[in-house]
Amino acid sequence: MSTTTTAGPVTGTVGASYTRVEGLEKVTGAARYAGDVPAAELAHGWLVLSTVARGRIRSVESDPVRGMPGVLAVLHHGNAPRVDGNYIGMLGRPDPIVEVFQHDRVPFVGWPVALVVAETTEQAREAAEALVVRYDEEPHDVAFSAGHAGIYTPDGDGMLVEKGDLAAELAASVHVVDAEYTTPEEHHGTMEPHAAMARWDGGRLEVVDSNQGSMWVAQELAKLFSLDPASVRVRSEHIGGAFGSKGVRVHQILAVMAATVLDRPVRVVMTRRQMFSLVGYRSPTAQRVRLGADADGRLRALDHQAHSLTSTVHEFVEASAGFGRPMYAADAHRSVNRVVRLDVPTPTFMRAPGEAPGSFALESALDELAERCGMDPIALRARNEPDVGPVSGLPFGSRNLLACFDEGARRFGWADRDPRPGVRREGRWLLGTGTAAATFPVIVAPSTAAVTAEADGTFTVRIGASDVGTGARTALTLLAAEALDVAGERVHVRIGDSDFGPAAISGGSMGTRSWGWAVTAAGRDLREQLALGGDIPPQGITVRSDTSAAVGSLTQKERHSFGAQFAEVAVDVTTGEVRVRRMLGVFAAGRIVNPLTARSQFVGGMIWGLSMALHEEAIRDQATGGHVGADLAGYHFAANADVPLIEADWVDDPDADDPVGIKGIGEIGIVGAAAAVANAVWHATGVRHRHLPIRPDRVLSAGAPAEGDGDA
Amino acid sequence: MAPSTSSVITLNINGEKYTLPVDHRTTLLDALRERLDLPGTKKGCDQGQCGACTVLLDGRRAVSCLQLAVAAEGREITTIEGVADADGLHPVQQAFLDLDGYQCGYCTPGQICSALAVIEEHAAGWPSAVTADVRPEAGVPPLTADEIRERMSGNLCRCGAYVSIVKAVARAAGTEAVA
Repeated sequence: MSTTTTAGPVTGTVGASYTRVEGLEKVTGAARYAGDVPAAELAHGWLVLSTVARGRIRSVESDPVRGMPGVLAVLHHGNAPRVDGNYIGMLGRPDPIVEVFQHDRVPFVGWPVALVVAETTEQAREAAEALVVRYDEEPHDVAFSAGHAGIYTPDGDGMLVEKGDLAAELAASVHVVDAEYTTPEEHHGTMEPHAAMARWDGGRLEVVDSNQGSMWVAQELAKLFSLDPASVRVRSEHIGGAFGSKGVRVHQILAVMAATVLDRPVRVVMTRRQMFSLVGYRSPTAQRVRLGADADGRLRALDHQAHSLTSTVHEFVEASAGFGRPMYAADAHRSVNRVVRLDVPTPTFMRAPGEAPGSFALESALDELAERCGMDPIALRARNEPDVGPVSGLPFGSRNLLACFDEGARRFGWADRDPRPGVRREGRWLLGTGTAAATFPVIVAPSTAAVTAEADGTFTVRIGASDVGTGARTALTLLAAEALDVAGERVHVRIGDSDFGPAAISGGSMGTRSWGWAVTAAGRDLREQLALGGDIPPQGITVRSDTSAAVGSLTQKERHSFGAQFAEVAVDVTTGEVRVRRMLGVFAAGRIVNPLTARSQFVGGMIWGLSMALHEEAIRDQATGGHVGADLAGYHFAANADVPLIEADWVDDPDADDPVGIKGIGEIGIVGAAAAVANAVWHATGVRHRHLPIRPDRVLSAGAPAEGDGDA
Repeated sequence: MAPSTSSVITLNINGEKYTLPVDHRTTLLDALRERLDLPGTKKGCDQGQCGACTVLLDGRRAVSCLQLAVAAEGREITTIEGVADADGLHPVQQAFLDLDGYQCGYCTPGQICSALAVIEEHAAGWPSAVTADVRPEAGVPPLTADEIRERMSGNLCRCGAYVSIVKAVARAAGTEAVA
C-alpha cells in the first residue's frame, strides 16, 4: 500500500493528556529493561579497555585468567570471531570500532581489548580486573583547540555555506561583535548503562538490547557477522534513556561473539566508567562568531566558524555552525564546520547535535549585539526575522518564532525588565534575566506499520519504533485510536522489535513524526475496510502501510521547530555560585499529540540546557589521554536541587502543507537554553561568560563587573 | 583448605524470606537482580553515585550497590516490587504515574523508594541542608519544594523529570508546595 495521507482534524484522543501506557509497569518495577531479562544458562561478559591512548597490543596474558573460577572464555584480537565492517549502514560507513577485536591497534584510552566471560558477574569482573594486557605505546595528542594544526574542513553537505560578501558587509557595519565561545566535552549519561543479551535459538540470533532502533541494530549485526538479515532479531522493549548514544555499540557485537563462541546466552553490560569511552559523546567546541549590524540592529553579516574534534578512526562532525542558517536574515552569511582528528573516542549525536552548542554561541553573540545596539534582545531578533530561508531562499513550512517570544515575554514578565546589567541585588545575590531563541529541523524518515483489528474488538499496532522515554508508545496509541476512531483503551501498541519491519529510529526528533504518519495511514485504511462491514476472522484483519513514497514526495521547504527560552538567575560573585531561579520555554513545534508527556520532554530538554550552562564538563588528562573522574560524581549533570520550577508551553503552529503536522519535540528544549542562562548571568553581573560551564571559579576569576563591557 | 568464598544466607525482602547461597562479593543489588529475579531495582552506576538502586533497609533508604548481600541478612528489605499492596498502588507510585514523574523510567524505582523515605524522614522531624531552623524545638519544617529538591538529590534523573518528581512527592505527602 502506498500512502498519501492528509492532515486530519484534531479530534478526541489526540491533544488531551494521557498518562503513559506503560506507566504502571514503570512505577511498580515490572518494566524489564535489557539487563533485566533472564535467560537459562546465562553467562556474563565483562569488558577490558585499553589504558593507553595510542599504540599496539603486545600481549593479552589470558592464560592465568582462564583458570580462574567460573571463567568460560577470554576473547581478544588473537582469538575473536571475524567480523566484516566494510559495509554501508544507516549512517554510512560504520565507526571502525564495530570491528572490535580484529587487530592490535589502540586509537584511544578506553578502546576494547578483551572480553572476559564467566558464569557470574562477580567472577567475570574479578578476572577482567586481573587480566594483564601489555602495550607498545606511542605518543598521543588529545589537546583540542581551534588553532590546532590538524584542523580541516570536511567534505560533505553543510560543512561550508556562504552567501553574499562577508568582508564587505562586516566593513560596512556600525556594530560588530567578534567573540569566541567554547563548550566542553559532554556525555549522554543515560541512567541505564548499555546492555545486550544475545543467544542463538533454532538457527536465529536473538538479541535483547537497549537501543534507538532495533531494525537498525539488527541489520548492522547481520552485515557484521555475514548473516541473513531475516535470521537476526533484535528487541528493545524498554530503554533507560538514549539521547543519541544507543545505536550500534560494542556491547551488542561482543554479546553476539561470545554467545556464538560459547553456544549459550551471554549478556554484556557496560560499567558506568566504560560508557565514557564506548558510547560516544558531544565533542568540545570552539566557535568564533562575527556579527555585523547597522545602527538599528539590522544584520549585515553573520559569520559562524565552529571547530570540533573527532577520533583518528572515524569522522564525526559536531556541526554547530548550521544553527543560524534558518534563523536570521543577513546580507552575508558564512558558516563553516571544521574538525581535528585526535587520539580520542569518536564523538556522536547527542541531544540537538550542532544546535545545542551552536545556539549557545550565536544566541550569546546576539545578546552581545543587542547590548551594543542598545536594543532589547527580543526586538533585535524580531528586526532580523526572515521571510524565507536566509540562505536557502526556500519558504518556511511554518515559522512562529515571534509568537513564541510574544507569549513567553508576556508570561515571563519581560516588559518590566531593566536592561542595565549588574544593578539588581537581593542579599548576597545579583539577579538577572536572559532570553534566547531556539530552532531544530523537522526531519522524517520512511516507516512501515501494521494495524490489526482483532476478533475481540481490540486493535494491535506493530511498528519498529522505540520509546526511549519520549512517550512514543503512548503517542502512537493516541494516534492509532484517532485514525481508527476508537477509544485508546482498545488499542495496543507493540514496538521495539526488528521483526516489525523498517521504521525510523528514535533520533533527530523524527520518531513520532515518522511513526505517527505510518500508524495513521494504516489505521485509516483499516477503518475504511471495517466500515464495509463483515465479521472479523479469528486471525484478525491486518492493514500495512509504508510511507516511503509519501515521504519522498514532500515538497522542499524550510521545516523547523522554533522556540523562545527565558531564564532568571541569581549569582553570588563572592562564592561564584550561580542558581537558576526559573525558566520558561515557549515552543512552536507543530501538533502536540500528548500534552502531559510533551511538557515533560520540553522541560527535560531545558534542564539539559541548564545543566550544560552550569555543570557539565568532561575533563581529559593530557598526560594519559584518558578522562579524569569518568563517573557520575566527576561528571556532574543537574540533580534535583539544581533545578527550579521550569515551565514549558507551546503556541499553535499549523502547517497546512504538512501531511502530518507533528514536528518532533525531543531536542528543541535544550536549544538556546544554555544561552538564555548565560545571558541572564551577564544581566545579573555585567560579565560575559563565553566558556561553558559557568563554573564558580570562572565567576570568581571574572571578578566584579567592569563598567560597560565585562568579559570572562 | 581455602577459606570459603560463599555462604548460604536468608534475606527478608518485601515480607518474604529468600534463602540462597551467595558469593561474598555479591552486592545486595546484584543478589536482587541476578539471583532473586527482582530486577525492578536498577543499576545505574554501581558505585553509589546515582541512586537508581535505592531500596529501604529497615525503613531507611540505602543504595543497594554499596551493600553486600551477606550484610543485609536480618534486615527488612523493601524493593520497588514491594511498594504496592493488595489495595493497589502506593500514593507515591500513583502520583508519579499521574503527574508524569519520569520519562524513561529507569531511575523511577529508586526515586519512588527514596520518596517513601523522604516523606517519613520529614514527618519524623529530620532537617535537611536547606532547613532554615534546625533547632529541635522548631518542630517539623514545612515540606517546601526546596526541601523536596534537596532531599531527593541523591537520585539522579537524566531525562530531567525533576519538576514533575517534586510535584509527585508533594502530592503524595499531602502538601501543595511546588513553587
